[in-house]
Amino acid sequence: MTSVTDRQKLQYIAAQAADARVNVELETEGMTLNLGPQHPATHGTLRIIAQLDGEQVVHAEPVAGYMHRGYEKLTEVRTYPQITTLVNRIDWLGSFANEVPFILAAEQLMEVEAPERAMWIRTILFELSRISNLILFLGDMGVQLGAVTPVFFAFRDREFVLDQIEAATGGRFHPNFDRIGGLKDDLPKGWLESTKGSMDKVREFCDQIEDLLLGSEIFQARTRGIGIVPADVAMQYGLSGANARASGIDWDIRRDNCIGLAYPELDWKVWKHTDGDSFARFWVRIQEVREAAKMVDQLCDGLPAGPVMAKVPRIIKVPAGEAYVATENPLGEMGYYIVSEGELTPFRVKIRSASFSNMSITPWLLRGVYVPDIITILGSLYFILGDIDR
Amino acid sequence: MTNDASVTEAAPAEEVATDETREARLATISESLGEMLVDSHIATGRDIWVRVSTDAWGAVADVVRNRLGLRYFGFLSVIDWMPSPYGRSMDSEVDIVLADAAPSDEATSSDEASDTGFNRGVTGGETRFQAFARVSHVGDPGDFWGLTIKADIPDETLAIDTWTNVYAGADWHEREAWEMFGIQFTGHPGLRNIYLPTDFEGNPMRKDFPLLARMVKPWPGIVDVEPLPTISDGAEEGDQ
Amino acid sequence: MTTVLAADWAYWQETLVKVGLGLVAVLLLTGAVVYMYLFKFVSFMQSRLGPMEAGPYGSMQLLAEVGKWLQKEDIFTENSDRIVFGLAPAIVMSSTFLMFVVIPAGPNAVISDLGTGIYYVLAMSSIATIGILSAGWASANKYSLMGGLRAAGQLIAYELPLVLAVVGVVIQVGSLNLQDIVHAQSDGAIFGWSGIGNPFILTQFVGFLIFLIAVQAELTQSPFDMPIAESELVGGYQVEYTGIRFLVFFIAEFATAVGFAAVASTLFLGGWALPADWASASTMHWLGPIVISAKAVLLVGVVFWVRFSLPRFREDQLQQLAWKFLIPVALLNIVVTGILKVAF
Repeated sequence: MTSVTDRQKLQYIAAQAADARVNVELETEGMTLNLGPQHPATHGTLRIIAQLDGEQVVHAEPVAGYMHRGYEKLTEVRTYPQITTLVNRIDWLGSFANEVPFILAAEQLMEVEAPERAMWIRTILFELSRISNLILFLGDMGVQLGAVTPVFFAFRDREFVLDQIEAATGGRFHPNFDRIGGLKDDLPKGWLESTKGSMDKVREFCDQIEDLLLGSEIFQARTRGIGIVPADVAMQYGLSGANARASGIDWDIRRDNCIGLAYPELDWKVWKHTDGDSFARFWVRIQEVREAAKMVDQLCDGLPAGPVMAKVPRIIKVPAGEAYVATENPLGEMGYYIVSEGELTPFRVKIRSASFSNMSITPWLLRGVYVPDIITILGSLYFILGDIDR
Repeated sequence: MTNDASVTEAAPAEEVATDETREARLATISESLGEMLVDSHIATGRDIWVRVSTDAWGAVADVVRNRLGLRYFGFLSVIDWMPSPYGRSMDSEVDIVLADAAPSDEATSSDEASDTGFNRGVTGGETRFQAFARVSHVGDPGDFWGLTIKADIPDETLAIDTWTNVYAGADWHEREAWEMFGIQFTGHPGLRNIYLPTDFEGNPMRKDFPLLARMVKPWPGIVDVEPLPTISDGAEEGDQ
Repeated sequence: MTTVLAADWAYWQETLVKVGLGLVAVLLLTGAVVYMYLFKFVSFMQSRLGPMEAGPYGSMQLLAEVGKWLQKEDIFTENSDRIVFGLAPAIVMSSTFLMFVVIPAGPNAVISDLGTGIYYVLAMSSIATIGILSAGWASANKYSLMGGLRAAGQLIAYELPLVLAVVGVVIQVGSLNLQDIVHAQSDGAIFGWSGIGNPFILTQFVGFLIFLIAVQAELTQSPFDMPIAESELVGGYQVEYTGIRFLVFFIAEFATAVGFAAVASTLFLGGWALPADWASASTMHWLGPIVISAKAVLLVGVVFWVRFSLPRFREDQLQQLAWKFLIPVALLNIVVTGILKVAF
C-alpha cells in the first residue's frame, strides 16, 4: 500500500538528485557539526553528529545514551508493584500511560482482570496523559520553528489537565496509580465535572494552535514536504503512533488490538494523513488531542459504577510465562515483553519504547536536508529522551 | 478510509474464534517456514510464538516480511536464560520475609520449576542466549496481528545473522543487543555502542553482570535507618 | 538646537552637547523599548506577567540585567581571533549610533543635517554586517560561523529592498535630506487636500510595507532570525560572547530597532512634524522629539509584535522572499511612483 503520492515521491527524488549534482560540481569541503548533547532543540540530551556540506547534511548520526538508566536491568531486581514507579519515568510527559501496558501484561500473566470501572478510569487517565503530553508537543513545535509564543499557551493549558491528574492520583507527573488488578483509589468527588471543564480548555487550545501555527504560511512552508517518510519505510523502522499514521498507515493499537481498556465502547475516529511529512505529523497530533478530549468526555459520561480493585493476592507472584502487551502511548507503540519464572520479580522485561524506534529512522531521514530542517524533523518525529534511553 | 472504533470486534466475546484464527495463522506460518520452524506456541486469545533454528534466523526475517506480510518491525532483543547468580540482592528484612512466605502461596509452581529445572520460556530453548523479535502486520484495520520469533544463539560463537538487510530498523536494536549481551550479529553494518561509553567493559544485561548499585548499598532503605551523628560524636571527630 | 538654547558656543562644545544629548536620548528610548516590549508586551502576549520584582512592575529590571552583565567575566575562547573578536561588538555598536546622526528630532534638533541624509543612514546601517560577520568568524565556533554567514547573506539581500523602498519616497520629495522629507510630508497635499499634509504611508503604502519587512530582516528579528535562531544555532554569532560584549550586542540590537523605527517614521509617518499647521514652529522645538519618539516606539512595537507571533523562515525561503518578491515589487513601486510623479 503506497500512501505518499507519486507526485511527492518524484519531487523528493528529483530534489535529492539535484542536490547530489550540486555537490559534485562545487566540491566543497565538509564540516562536522555537533548538535547536542546540550542543545535546545534536542530537549534532553540527544546528540546528533551531522556532517555538513554548506548547510546541507551529508550524514547524520544520532548518539543516545547520555541518560541511559538501565531500566531493563533494574526491573530484574524489583517486585512487580515496584516496577511501576520505575517505568513512570520513561516517557515523563505521559507517565500514567507508561504504567498501563506493564500492568496489563502482568495481569495477563496472572489471569487477573481489572473491574470495569477501573478499566474506564485507566482509559480516562491514559487519555489525559496523552493530552498533557501532546499539548506540550504542539507548543514546542512552534519553538523549534522559532515561534516562541505557542509554548507558553501550551504550558498554561497543560496545567488544566495536570491538575486533573493530580487531583485523581496525587502526582502531577509521576502518578504511580495503576495496580495489578485495578487502581490505587477511586476518583475524588466532583472530578468528572471538572475534567469535562478542562477538556473545553483543551479544545480551545487546539483552536488557538491552529490559528497560531497550523494556518501560518511560514509554518507550512517550513514543514510541508520536509522529512517525508513513506509508509513502507516507516514500517521497516518500526515507526508507530502518530508518526505512522501521518505516513498513511491505518493502524492504531487502541482500535486494532485494545487490551484491558475501554476504547471499543467509545465513538471516536483514527486520524491519518497521507503526506508523511512534518506537517502531517503535526496535523495528526492536533486531531489526536481533539479526539482524546472527545473520548474523555464520553468516558466521564459513561463511567460505570463498581469497585476499582479486583481480588489479588497480597504478595504478587506472577506465574511462569511470557506476555507482550503494547498500548498506543502518546509517542507511539509502547510495549512490555515480560518473561516470568514464577518469582517475585520478572525474569526479563524488554521495554519496547516508541521513541527508540521512531528515532532510529533519523540517519535515513536526515540525509540531504538542511540544518534548519534537522530541527523541524526532530521536532515533528517527537521524542522524549527518557523514552529513547530508558 | 478511516474506520470508527465502534465497529471493532469485542475481543472477549469471540475468544474461541480468535483462537481458530491463530491456529490458521500458525498453520500458514509453519507452511512458509517449513523446516526452519523448531517449536511454536499459542496463548489462547492472545498471541503466537515461534522458535526457529539458529541458521535460519536471517532467512526467517525475509519470509515473515515478504511472504507473510508482517512488514512492521516491533523490536529485537536477546534474553539470557542463565539464572542470576546474585538473586535479587535482597538484603532488607521485608524482602527476606516476602521471599520466605512466597513459596507457600503457590507451592505448585515452584515444584514444577524444581522438577523440570529451569523453564526457558514458552517455546523452550537449548542455549544460554536466545534472540527474540516481534513483528506485526499493520495497516489493515481489523486484521492486526503480531508474532514473536525466537532463535537460540550458539554458546560457542555467540553470533547470529543480522536482520538489518530485511528490516532496516533492526539496526539500533541489534546494536543495543550487541553491547548489552555481547552477541555478534553477522552482517550488521556497524556494531557500535549505542548507550554505553566506548570504553565500557562487560555486557551489563547478562545475568552474571552484577548490578553494582545493589552490591555497594543494600536495598532498600538502609539509608533511612542510619543513625544520625550525635553532637558528642562530632566533637570527638573535631578533637582528633 | 543652538537656537533653542540661544547660546553662542564653539563648534566642539556644540557637538559635544549634541552627541551627549543624542546618546542619552537613544539609550533612554532603547531602555524604554526593551522594558515595554521585550519584558511586558511580550509577557502579556504569552499570558505571563514578566519581571515584577525589580522596582514597581519590574521597571528596574533592565538596570539589574545591565548590572549583572557588567559583573560577568569577559571570556575569550581559546581559538578565537582576539582582536577581531573584541572589535566586533564595537563595530556593530558604532554602526547603530552613527545612524542617529542625521535623524532629525525637531526643526533644528539634528546632530548633522547632511544633504545625503537617507543614504547615509542606510550606508551606516550596513556596517553592522561587517561586525556580525567578524563576530561569527572570530569566535572559532561552528554555530557562530554559520550564524555569521547567514547574517551576511541575509543583511545584504535585504539591503536592496530597503534601499529600493526608500527610492519611492525620494522621488516624491526630490531630495535625500531627511529634513526635506519631513517638511514635504507636513506641508504636502494629497490630490490637493492638505488637511493632514501628505504622510507617505498613504501615498507610498507599498514602499512602507516593504521597508518594514526589510527592517525586520535587517534587525534579524523573527521571522527572519536565522542568524540567531536559538533553536538551531543556539544564538548564532552571539554564542561565545558574554558579559559586557554581549551587552553591547544587546544594546545595539534594540538601539538599531529604535533607529530603523525612527527612520521609518521620518520617511513614512511625517517624522517629528505634525501635519500642516497643527502646531506652531516654536512649539515643535520641544514637541518634535516627543512626536518622533512616540512614532518610533509605536513602530518598534509592530516589529516586536511580528517577532513574537511568527515562526522563522528557512534561509533559502528568506532569500527567495527577498529576490523573487520584495525586490520586483519595490522596483514596480519605483516605476509607478516615477510615472505618477511625471504625470501630476
